[in-house]
Amino acid sequence: MMKGFRISPSMAVVAVLIILTLLGAWRYDGFLGTYNVQTVLRYNSMFALVALGMCFVIMTGGIDLSVGSVAAFSSVVAAHLSGYGLFPGLIGGLAAGLFAGTLNALIITRLKIAPFIATLATMLAASGTALLLANNQSVSVSYDTYFTNLGQGDLLSFMRPEWVDAEDAGFFAGVIGFILSFPTPAFIALAAYIAGAIVINHTAFGRHVLAVGGGTEASRLMGLPVDRTIFLVYVISGGMAGMAGVILASQFGAGQPIEGVGWELFAIASVVVGGTLLTGGNGSIGGTLAGALLLGIIFTILNFENGMGWISLSAYWQSVVRGVFLFVVVVLQAKLANPAKAAA
Amino acid sequence: MSAVSVTKKEPRNFNRAAFFQRYGVGLALILLIIFNLIFTPNFATAQTLAVNLTQVCTIVIVGVGMTLVIATGGIDLSVGSLMAIAGAFSPMFFTGQLIPVDNLYFGIALGIAFPVLIAGMFGLFNGWLVTKFSIQPIIATLVLFIAGRGIAQVSTNGDLQVFKVPEFQAIAIGRVLGVPFQVWIMLAIVIVAAFILHRTVFGRQVLAVGGNEAAARLSGIPVSRVKFLVYFISGLCSGVAGLIVIAMNSAADANLIGLGMELDAIAAVVVGGTLLSGGRATIIGTLLGALVIQLVRYTLLANGVPDPAALVVKAGLIVLAVWLQRQEQA
Repeated sequence: MMKGFRISPSMAVVAVLIILTLLGAWRYDGFLGTYNVQTVLRYNSMFALVALGMCFVIMTGGIDLSVGSVAAFSSVVAAHLSGYGLFPGLIGGLAAGLFAGTLNALIITRLKIAPFIATLATMLAASGTALLLANNQSVSVSYDTYFTNLGQGDLLSFMRPEWVDAEDAGFFAGVIGFILSFPTPAFIALAAYIAGAIVINHTAFGRHVLAVGGGTEASRLMGLPVDRTIFLVYVISGGMAGMAGVILASQFGAGQPIEGVGWELFAIASVVVGGTLLTGGNGSIGGTLAGALLLGIIFTILNFENGMGWISLSAYWQSVVRGVFLFVVVVLQAKLANPAKAAA
Repeated sequence: MSAVSVTKKEPRNFNRAAFFQRYGVGLALILLIIFNLIFTPNFATAQTLAVNLTQVCTIVIVGVGMTLVIATGGIDLSVGSLMAIAGAFSPMFFTGQLIPVDNLYFGIALGIAFPVLIAGMFGLFNGWLVTKFSIQPIIATLVLFIAGRGIAQVSTNGDLQVFKVPEFQAIAIGRVLGVPFQVWIMLAIVIVAAFILHRTVFGRQVLAVGGNEAAARLSGIPVSRVKFLVYFISGLCSGVAGLIVIAMNSAADANLIGLGMELDAIAAVVVGGTLLSGGRATIIGTLLGALVIQLVRYTLLANGVPDPAALVVKAGLIVLAVWLQRQEQA
């Protein structure tokens, strides 16, 4: 029994995230303050969404390089449609993402082209289309509609009772106030992650995803709908990228055709740091969320540490630190993974 | 009758696919040139040739290293970041910032040799991750894709390093026989690499590792050493490309050098006919692949199609090239 017990990589990353958060709260003033938490969550929920879609794809043993430019593409579409209201912008952006995801899915399942190349091509195509639609510049969203609330608003702020902000409010009230101050994108990402976890753990489709990643041929022989499963994960990934694009446009007030460069690799890093093996067949939705937050929080910690005045590290250190993190995680994973898998 | 036609048809079908596989890129290039000669004004000028060649130089140089890596069944995402590292360090040497050097030419020699070697060292790091820990190449090289540019930015504080050293810049913009020097560098690297890949034991070992790693190991090929070397070579190529970029711009910007290069290089390799799964590779194909991609873009631009639309066409080109590969395998 003891031999079978192993700290799973995703548990480890959640633990590291909690430790870093506690460390930050202890060391820096305002680290868990409303403003900082809002900023971190608002910005990183886009990456979290993209990473969730990537997690599905990676669990089938595939990869999606197109997510960054698909997000840029859908941000442009959403910005163009934002004048018609919140929902047209939202649905338009989402549809743009789903469309690109479907294109990936078709190239991969029908033309039998490797995901790496298929999504690389879609990345170029989405980027080109975004620039064409945006006429090579960022597209301002409409401020006459509620569209910007999606990225800039705080979903539950309307139901915030006054007593949570009272001077003598207790710990409980503080927690309630803290949660009520979460930005809208964070709730969107959270909802997506909960749905994702349910789909993977409790539906036939989720089991198919893991089975296909574990062994495509074996799944096919067992009669599982392999192509349909692969098709769907790319559509999901496209949809997530589309949603991230909608938030991007809403949050920064503009559709940004050249945004999203390097998002795909950031998302892959989040998934891997979260304990999902790139070989497919296993994976952790919660770990991916923790991985995305972990990579995001490094930047914040760096900022706060600079503010302390002990050290002065430029913002550029964040890529170095992220890279080192990824390095440590993949080496640990390689050492922990069973040797048979490592040799394969 | 049907039996006869089947037996006759099969080999011919195969040959046609193999023909396109082998000569498809060259054919596409020739067709593009003919099209341009007819429809694009001022195409047959030395100026056009120089513009198109300098556009592909760095892609081809990086693509050569990438071809070798892909030939072993790997991939190298870190090339752009390694270019940035080489490009960021180089000016520190020849402007005497790091070590004061009296002799300008000695400084330039250091400014070329050291950054290329540093990039090669980072390539070895990739090789170390891939061989020692059996980490998938795409993840192993993702580490330096993320951290590498950070290292370049941190070491220059993200600042633009502007310099005016014509003796150094000659490696990119100097001309020999009317052709920019960087084109000669590119041709030299292509010829040497093609020779290594097709005529040496090491080249055969590279293809053997990519074709069937287990079999290669069993037949006594030093698999780890071969992999180490291809990532090292890819690092060196990236270093050279990084130097050419800064020499062309007469400035080093760690934020921009080689940005997105990994995708351009992979696209050139794939369009050139190298199998992404490893085991079959062509250096000349990579050169032709890069030229085809560039010429398509040039053709579209010269005929009034906006650049973003050219991106979409490039995407279609990549899918088409790989689809044709699939047809042959099937």
